[in-house]
Amino acid sequence: MRACGRDRIGVGISRRCSRVVARGAYETFAQLWKSGASAPRHNALGPAGFSPSGPQGLKASVQCVRNAALEGPLFHGSGGGVARVLMIWLALGLFASTTRAQVTFERLVNSAKEPQNWMTYSGDYSGKRFSGLDQVNITNARTLVAKWVYQTGATGKLETTPLVVDGIMYATAQDDRAFALDARTGRPIWMYQRQIPSDIRPCCGHVNRGLAILGDKVFLGTLDAHVIALDAKTGAVVWDVTAADYRTGFSFTGAPLAVKGLIVIGVSGGEYGVRGFIDAYNASTGERKWRFYTVPGPGEPGHDTWEGDSWKVGGAPAWNTGTYDAVTNQIFWPTGNPAPSNRGEGRAGDNLYSNSLLALNADTGKMNWYFQFTKHDEHDWDATQVPVMIEAAGKHLIAQANRNGFFYVVDRSTGKLISANAYGKTTWSDTKDAEGRPIANKDASPTLEGHTVCPGALGTTNFMAPTYDPQTALFYVTARDQCDIFSTAPQPYEAGHAFYGSAYFPSEDARPYRGFLKAIDPPTGEIKWKFDHTSPTWSGVLSTAGGLVFSGDAEGNFIAFEAKAGKPLWHFQMGGAVYAAPMAFAVDGKEYVAIAAGSAVYAFGLP
Amino acid sequence: MFRRWCIGFVFLGVAAHGADAQNPLAGDAKAAKAGEYEFRINCALCHGLGARGGGRGPDLTRAVKKHTHSDADMFQVISNGIAGTAMPANGTNGQGVGMTDEEIWQIITYIRSQEVKAPGQPLGNAARGKNLFYGDANCSLCHMVEGKGGRLGPELTGVGGSRTRDAIIDSVRNPSRRLAWGLTESTKEFPQEYESVTVVTADGKQIKGVTLNEDSFSVQIMDMNEQIHLLEKNKLLSFQKTRESAMPKYGTDTLSDKELEDIVAYLISVGAK
Repeated sequence: MRACGRDRIGVGISRRCSRVVARGAYETFAQLWKSGASAPRHNALGPAGFSPSGPQGLKASVQCVRNAALEGPLFHGSGGGVARVLMIWLALGLFASTTRAQVTFERLVNSAKEPQNWMTYSGDYSGKRFSGLDQVNITNARTLVAKWVYQTGATGKLETTPLVVDGIMYATAQDDRAFALDARTGRPIWMYQRQIPSDIRPCCGHVNRGLAILGDKVFLGTLDAHVIALDAKTGAVVWDVTAADYRTGFSFTGAPLAVKGLIVIGVSGGEYGVRGFIDAYNASTGERKWRFYTVPGPGEPGHDTWEGDSWKVGGAPAWNTGTYDAVTNQIFWPTGNPAPSNRGEGRAGDNLYSNSLLALNADTGKMNWYFQFTKHDEHDWDATQVPVMIEAAGKHLIAQANRNGFFYVVDRSTGKLISANAYGKTTWSDTKDAEGRPIANKDASPTLEGHTVCPGALGTTNFMAPTYDPQTALFYVTARDQCDIFSTAPQPYEAGHAFYGSAYFPSEDARPYRGFLKAIDPPTGEIKWKFDHTSPTWSGVLSTAGGLVFSGDAEGNFIAFEAKAGKPLWHFQMGGAVYAAPMAFAVDGKEYVAIAAGSAVYAFGLP
Repeated sequence: MFRRWCIGFVFLGVAAHGADAQNPLAGDAKAAKAGEYEFRINCALCHGLGARGGGRGPDLTRAVKKHTHSDADMFQVISNGIAGTAMPANGTNGQGVGMTDEEIWQIITYIRSQEVKAPGQPLGNAARGKNLFYGDANCSLCHMVEGKGGRLGPELTGVGGSRTRDAIIDSVRNPSRRLAWGLTESTKEFPQEYESVTVVTADGKQIKGVTLNEDSFSVQIMDMNEQIHLLEKNKLLSFQKTRESAMPKYGTDTLSDKELEDIVAYLISVGAK
């Protein structure tokens, strides 16, 4: 039933873009277009399922793209001189079709130079989710207003982080929707929805956390375990490859990461006993360049950390988005729980590389080092939280607020652990090993009668994206104090069926569950400040150069905090719980902060 | 196009289950065992580890159930949920994996294996319980049943069907042990947990009551006189909330075991209708 009617998209496509500023430039551009100098590369009728709007709708959407490109910050924020230079470029045909819409690898590496754009899931390769924009700041944040709202029409949890490139927003919604909006107005330019099979069974909702962009394409991992490339101007499918068989439990929910010419993405399915992997696809063709299996096969190092054949169904998915260090050409990608997620019997050993941070060579997918956060996990504590690259005291580090309740700092040249400090309520570990890694107490395992452990299976944090603000040198993360009763339920493995091995539910004794926004000092692990939410939230966090931290709550508020001390300065009731992370961008020289809540994407700005 | 056909067939299939489908696994002990594990993962949160119910969901070991009679009914309820209740449709609680048809049948097989064929009759007398509820026990000052009674505490018309006898007795004897069980996050529709609250407004007025809803910036309160107050937290002089229930603790000195059984019998007689 869910899939019925979802192919009827294209309704609501903007037929007209009302604002044509920089008129002279537009006309010049339009003439060039007509003369063929900038003809669109794709003349497809649109993506699968685009038909209701037909060619007319497509034409309208293409025109909108052209306008938006010309109305971008380059024209409006730069004065007449720049506009004149651009006019000359246009006249010479240098502008062509490949200028602003093309996102090169160089632009991604140097994203700090264009803070008006948000070109990767975490805002930049380091995973900081920090915006260099400061127009909205601690002195004027209290005057923020809603600028527009885009209703996706989707139900369930909206987990997307939008991208914005040169005035166009690209985002996703449930059931593998993707769409492009005029970032100033929220008006749609194109919409895509995949016809997903009716028998997909993603563990945690039909969710998606976002796109990657490279060249003239955006990239989406789908619930039926395909990776697809969409034309950034039309949403037309350019290529579509099958990564794995969704019927055995594989899916994609995380945003891919575009690195060099590759689209890197990790698979979901830790609840089904999949064998996890991280893939890299050629962005132009969809051809798979490499695959790294997160559970080593026979003969490979680490294989002996699995009992018998348990490795075959060992889990270790990689469902969130990693980070990238251009200096060392390494991808840092975190992995999830071993399977079955809540029962260690039958898979004796450390179960590498579950719940680990992997450093992979971006070109080859070969592993340089790994660090395992939770060995032989029995509590579903996926270590898939964003590994944030930070610099401190001249050291190149990775900081991660882990689902198991500890905040880890790791040397990113070697993978050596620097420190691990609890940042929430934990009862599972009282001791550390020689390296300083927290290790599980003997009595922390699930039992038949049920046994309370903190944090619960949802973790101290989870997929909600954190932020690191280089101005305050603080790491901000959404956290919760909840404990679960873990009770064994030893199911056998059956392909495509849930494979948890235990049941868990919130321990009533530990109520009320508390939710927080916490500011952590990475060198010491000290909590510098915390804000008590009314209940635990799933919102991610953004920091900006304006001295602000933004986050949402389960009650539907979007809140701006003063980054240094955590004072809430402004809030807006969006009418729906937040499961997404905020981001910031600018168009026409005006800063916006955007977040998804309920079924909609909201953009806020100064009056 | 092919997929749309498939979806159509699936739909017909489910409809057929509802009308007259037989449980293909009925009586299969192995299926019941598999069903027990599925039950723990998907159902025990509300219905308890042994299907004997809890503070959130009814005791499923009762042979006579309110919403389901046949296995086919049960299949429908598990697949589609029960509108207007906390019972979610399969796979829609946002956590955990949706079950396959086979897994649902396993759960039904398990539940059937746990049913107590001749459940004990309520110990109390429902008519006497009703008199107590609306009379000497003062329950109706704060609780409404079938449209009559107060508003300060949870409405109790359905409680006899959705809660176990033990859970009701515990709530009366120890009201603060668990406040009215707010549904947990995954299936939460409304957050009211009847937390007790005391605030002092800017003009020095003290308001005591229970929270109807709350976020970081505002709170909606019903005071002891059933007046609703809509307040902004930053304009209050003080805001104090406790999980000490506003309901008095009923010891055996104020309500004997026998009287309490009468009230439980009354609530079950109403709730099981």
